[in-house]
Amino acid sequence: MPGSTKRVRRRTGGRRGKTAAIIAVAATGALVMTSCGSSGGSSTSSGAGPSGSSAKAEFNAGNKGIVNESDHAGGTVTYQLSSTPDSMDPGNTYYAFMWDFSRLYTRALTTFQPAPGQDGLKLVPDLASGLGAPSDGGRTWTYHIRPDLKYSDGTPITTADVKYAVERSNFAPEALSNGPTYFHQYLQDNTPAYQGPYKDKTGGLNSIETPDATTIVFHLNQPFADFDYLVSSPETAPVPQAKDNGSDYVKNVVASGSYMFASYQDGVGASLVKNPNWNPASDPIRKQYPDRINVQFNIAQTTVDNNLIAGNATMDLAGAGMAAATQATVLGNPQQKAHVDDAVSGALAYVAMSTNVAPLDNVHCRQAVEYAIDKQSVQTATGGPIRGEIASTILPTSVSGYTPYNAYPTTDNKGANSPDGLQKAKDQLAQCGHPDGFSTNLSARSDRPNEVAIAQAVQASLKQVGINVNIQQYPSGKYFTDNAGAPAFVHANDLGLMMMAWAPDWPTGYGFLEQILDGNAIKASGNSNLSELNDPNVNQMLAAAISNTDNAARTAAWGDIDKAAMQQAPLVPLLYRLDPLYRPDAATNVFVTPAYGMYDYLLVGTK
Amino acid sequence: MGAYVIRRTLAAILLLFVVSAITFAIFFLVPRLAGESSSQLAAQYVGRDPSPEALAAVKKNLGFDQPLYTQYWQFIHGIFAGRTFHYGPDASHCAVPCFGYSFKTHLPVWPQITQRLPVTLSLAFGAAVIWVFTGVTIGVISALKRGSIFDRLSMGIALAGVSLPIFFTALVSLSLFSYKWAIFPNLHYVPLTQDPVAWAKNLVLPWVTLAFLYSALYARLTRAGMLETMAEDYIRTARAKGLNERVVVVRHGLRAALTPIVTIFGLDLGLLLGGAVLTETAFSLPGVGQYAVQAINENDLPKIMAVTTLAAFFIVIANLLVDILYVVLDPRVRYS
Amino acid sequence: MSFLEVDDLHVTFSTEDGVVRAVDGLSFGLEQGRTLGIVGESGSGKSVTSLAVMGLHRSARVNINGRILLDGQELVGASPEAVRRLRGRRMAMIFQDPLTSLHPFYTVGRQIDEAYKVHHPKAGRHEARTRTVEMLRRVGIPQPDRRANDYPHQFSGGMRQRAMIAMALVNDPDLLIADEPTTALDVTVQAQILDLIRDLQQEFGSAVMIITHDLGVVAELADDVLVMYAGKSAETGPAESVFNRPQHPYTWGLLSSVPRMDRERQERLVPITGQPPSLIRVPEGCPFHPRCPYAKLNGTRSFDEVPKLRETGEPGHLVACHLEAEVRARVFREEVRPRL
Ligand SMILES: Nc1ncnc2c1ncn2[C@@H]1O[C@H](COP(=O)(O)OP(=O)(O)O)[C@@H](O)[C@H]1O
Ligand code: SF4
Ligand SMILES: [Mg+2]
Repeated sequence: MPGSTKRVRRRTGGRRGKTAAIIAVAATGALVMTSCGSSGGSSTSSGAGPSGSSAKAEFNAGNKGIVNESDHAGGTVTYQLSSTPDSMDPGNTYYAFMWDFSRLYTRALTTFQPAPGQDGLKLVPDLASGLGAPSDGGRTWTYHIRPDLKYSDGTPITTADVKYAVERSNFAPEALSNGPTYFHQYLQDNTPAYQGPYKDKTGGLNSIETPDATTIVFHLNQPFADFDYLVSSPETAPVPQAKDNGSDYVKNVVASGSYMFASYQDGVGASLVKNPNWNPASDPIRKQYPDRINVQFNIAQTTVDNNLIAGNATMDLAGAGMAAATQATVLGNPQQKAHVDDAVSGALAYVAMSTNVAPLDNVHCRQAVEYAIDKQSVQTATGGPIRGEIASTILPTSVSGYTPYNAYPTTDNKGANSPDGLQKAKDQLAQCGHPDGFSTNLSARSDRPNEVAIAQAVQASLKQVGINVNIQQYPSGKYFTDNAGAPAFVHANDLGLMMMAWAPDWPTGYGFLEQILDGNAIKASGNSNLSELNDPNVNQMLAAAISNTDNAARTAAWGDIDKAAMQQAPLVPLLYRLDPLYRPDAATNVFVTPAYGMYDYLLVGTK
Repeated sequence: MGAYVIRRTLAAILLLFVVSAITFAIFFLVPRLAGESSSQLAAQYVGRDPSPEALAAVKKNLGFDQPLYTQYWQFIHGIFAGRTFHYGPDASHCAVPCFGYSFKTHLPVWPQITQRLPVTLSLAFGAAVIWVFTGVTIGVISALKRGSIFDRLSMGIALAGVSLPIFFTALVSLSLFSYKWAIFPNLHYVPLTQDPVAWAKNLVLPWVTLAFLYSALYARLTRAGMLETMAEDYIRTARAKGLNERVVVVRHGLRAALTPIVTIFGLDLGLLLGGAVLTETAFSLPGVGQYAVQAINENDLPKIMAVTTLAAFFIVIANLLVDILYVVLDPRVRYS
Repeated sequence: MSFLEVDDLHVTFSTEDGVVRAVDGLSFGLEQGRTLGIVGESGSGKSVTSLAVMGLHRSARVNINGRILLDGQELVGASPEAVRRLRGRRMAMIFQDPLTSLHPFYTVGRQIDEAYKVHHPKAGRHEARTRTVEMLRRVGIPQPDRRANDYPHQFSGGMRQRAMIAMALVNDPDLLIADEPTTALDVTVQAQILDLIRDLQQEFGSAVMIITHDLGVVAELADDVLVMYAGKSAETGPAESVFNRPQHPYTWGLLSSVPRMDRERQERLVPITGQPPSLIRVPEGCPFHPRCPYAKLNGTRSFDEVPKLRETGEPGHLVACHLEAEVRARVFREEVRPRL
């Protein structure tokens, strides 16, 4: 199916779909703002800022409230990044931090409310004047954009530009190949298949209608209740066709947000200044606090960290945590630790269990593993509580629909290293006909030391109940195409257990669960449903929920699906990943948004 | 001498072709010999998980389905005549000199390199000025005051300078002068044309760090060279003429001692211009070296190849200049 | 007092192995318009002496004592700057190997210009070059204005030494020291260079000190001769007197080793047996006694007592040997003369 290639990224990565890439490439990166020329006293919270309570600057303050809330304007904010983004073109990026950051210069139809805590998961209209109006049982979605919107060059923004933006980003992989292609997947295609705006210059995608300049209608090929989330992607940010030159558009992105590009240098960085044609009246969430926003790429991660600590920079753009060396020093120093927010990244680390590899094809054998794994040792192996919270559910805490429960509790989560865990695991082994245990293989990505360390902890736990695990390491580049993500390979090589990390493309139960639990999502290569769980009940629940446009009911359904799936024990949730982020003194309006699992960049300013 | 220069230049041009052919062979022939199919090869030129159409386009555009010499010819031809890749919006044109086209970023490589060249040039030349001046001065004084405290101290420091890896000295200088005392906070490259003061201020630390290593090297070289030349008969002649000591040291001693140093300097500079990989990485300078590292991390072969070719180019050119310079500097070579 | 007066000169070098007594109580004088030839085997301290006069000892280990007076001006202990001003102007020197003694990277003309200009700071480039070309012509370089722009390696050996001489004489010095000026040259060229030095000396009227291990050179040029052995003067006097009536067994040895056309090869080379002494541990008594065939003719004196220079009876002719005048005369007559 289309877009499957992109999902590989999400799977391997840390956060949001792009995560794979994000984590892999930017594991070290972070975004930093430097405050240049901070002027006189800063004003106190004036209510102009984001909603939420102002917080005292202490450890994790940015997870709960807004630190240094201020409407002080002026100065320069500097973001630093240890790598380069896949692209700053809103239609060509799959990195969570770029989705967060791009909102400064582009406006998608919807976005997440800039607020700390669970409020940050709430969708609000952005370019659109309201959330989408579903019809036809969730198959048709209609949006109206706000009146009199202008680009930074003064030309008007129309819904035709939104349609064009979706077409170029989803149907032209030959030019823009980085972003996800959900629209390609869920929108009705033309017959014959639409070739994208670069090859097909005559028409467009028929399933997107723009009856007038402020209205846009999407026709889907199936009911899809999460569509408001889908259009929060920067792929719906308007792009004027006249200014689009494919892969080169990144050099002259036309802004619709409150900032616009003053300069962009490939591989080096960019500089943003206030967009004079942005109208505050049309935009309830954006401000123009700093005079200038600089972005610098390819700054060594330790340099980024140290610049944040020294007050030389403002934010680590990647938002994926500090370098190991800096993290250790910072956490050891109470004064510096007060500047750290341990952000929930949105990713879950888990062990997938193949339902097609004996003896794990027997649910009791899988449940024995659920009981036997000592999650505390796993947590220690991966860097301690600062890097991950022990998980019992498939949905991470930051995803809409998260419902706390534990289907396989053991004392202190110590699995076979606790007496009850040991006993329960042995009971299950007896039921599956292997009272003395069995042997199987556990795959892990060889170039991810962290994952290998977790695999070793898992191996040690399982040994307690007689399950002998051989760790098989494969390079991450082909993990999903050739190894763990290729069911035939899994069967042939007896990969009963597979290490996995997963983050959603959008923070709802569907965005998280569908690719890893739905039997319809199993693929011969590039598969994310490593367990090959194909439970009619789970499949049906997923389909029903995503068709349900009743938000409350739908959200409740995700927790139910989580529980239902865990009855089958397709995977052992290990850790909800955490990324310790550093928040410099000079940065204002700083808080973690659960939507992206890092600081919300929309309102960051400098004192 | 004119004939000599022409001969050397022709040889250098020939060498450039040989080097580019070898580079080309390493990137294209070796994987082929190792049994990679043209599709596998093409996969290395595009983004993660490429679509079959993307693979086919790369295969065609890079001529993987054609014999190697045709591919090489296309590559060379592209340098002088540009290339058009039928791919993406309309067709992507890779202007002269086309040193490759990155199918991962959909951008020609050459403009990216030229954009970064000023950074590397700024770093290399700035550091070179510092290290030549300090290295030679220290070397001369050490040689003249051989065995003195100055000599022993500076040679001790020079030994440290030669043996300490640059990423270590960079780390130390960064943590002291950028983080701790923030004399040079938040280093980032500012183009000379944009703000000369900021340009220099942001480069001081990288310059000094890089120059430390080379100063040490050049101090040792200069000292050894001076000790040798100052024992030469013509130095005694210079003194016998009644020249004052400064003239003897500089005009007669240093002039002779510097000749081999100039040779080494040319090669060092040529090497650096191909990318001061460690310094640029440590100080996050967006130069050619950092580009190379990035290209390697991203496994973007056209970029890697272009940088490799460029580095080879600089070394060959540096060699040529050194050869010519040597003729200018040493009349014995000129007239024999 | 002579124009150049060297009085009880001691030059020592402190080395790891001990103190090298390279020149040990040497005294001599040289008048303007005259030529002094200093002879002695290699290592006898000739170069050290000439460098001491020129003030060219740079080693930190060198220690110079005694007096060197140039036209009455004391050079030992004078400020380096004062001696520098004299060098190249009042006293000049040419060296053994003209190739290594010229700077390979500068043209011959430029090096001579430089020698002129350093003592004529007001002279322009043009004046200096005119002078250079004139000097090159006088030393016999053909097309001197063109050859001035050549580099040393483009000159032949003899031409290089001519250029060195031109450089030395460019400031019309009162004293010219030539340290083995022909040793590195072809035999045919040697004679030309010696002729040149003699002609120029007559023309310029300066004092010349010519250093050599070759008695033939001295015979050709010198008015006076100083024979050195182990840093000391063994015998000194007018050339005519020393050559015709040599008094010192060492001089006899030197003279018998001079090749002569009228003798058979077998006979004419009678080398001095043994090796020159170490200047760190100079033999007790007469330094020459380990090699001297007549050392035993004075009982143990030659072994115990250092011989002092004393009169020989001929004017200005001195010798440092314990042999009694009659014994010396007999030995010379019966044993030495026939071999010469
Ligand atoms: N700079 C020096 N340091 C130590 N010994 C020296 C130095 N220069 C000359 N000598 C020693 O002094 C002695 C006389 O040398 P020199 O005057 O060069 O001999 P020659 O008579 O052959 O010119 C030699 O034994 C030589 O080794
Ligand atoms: S003093 Fe004695 S040893 Fe010395 S030369 Fe005269 S005879 Fe020979
Ligand atoms: Mg000598």
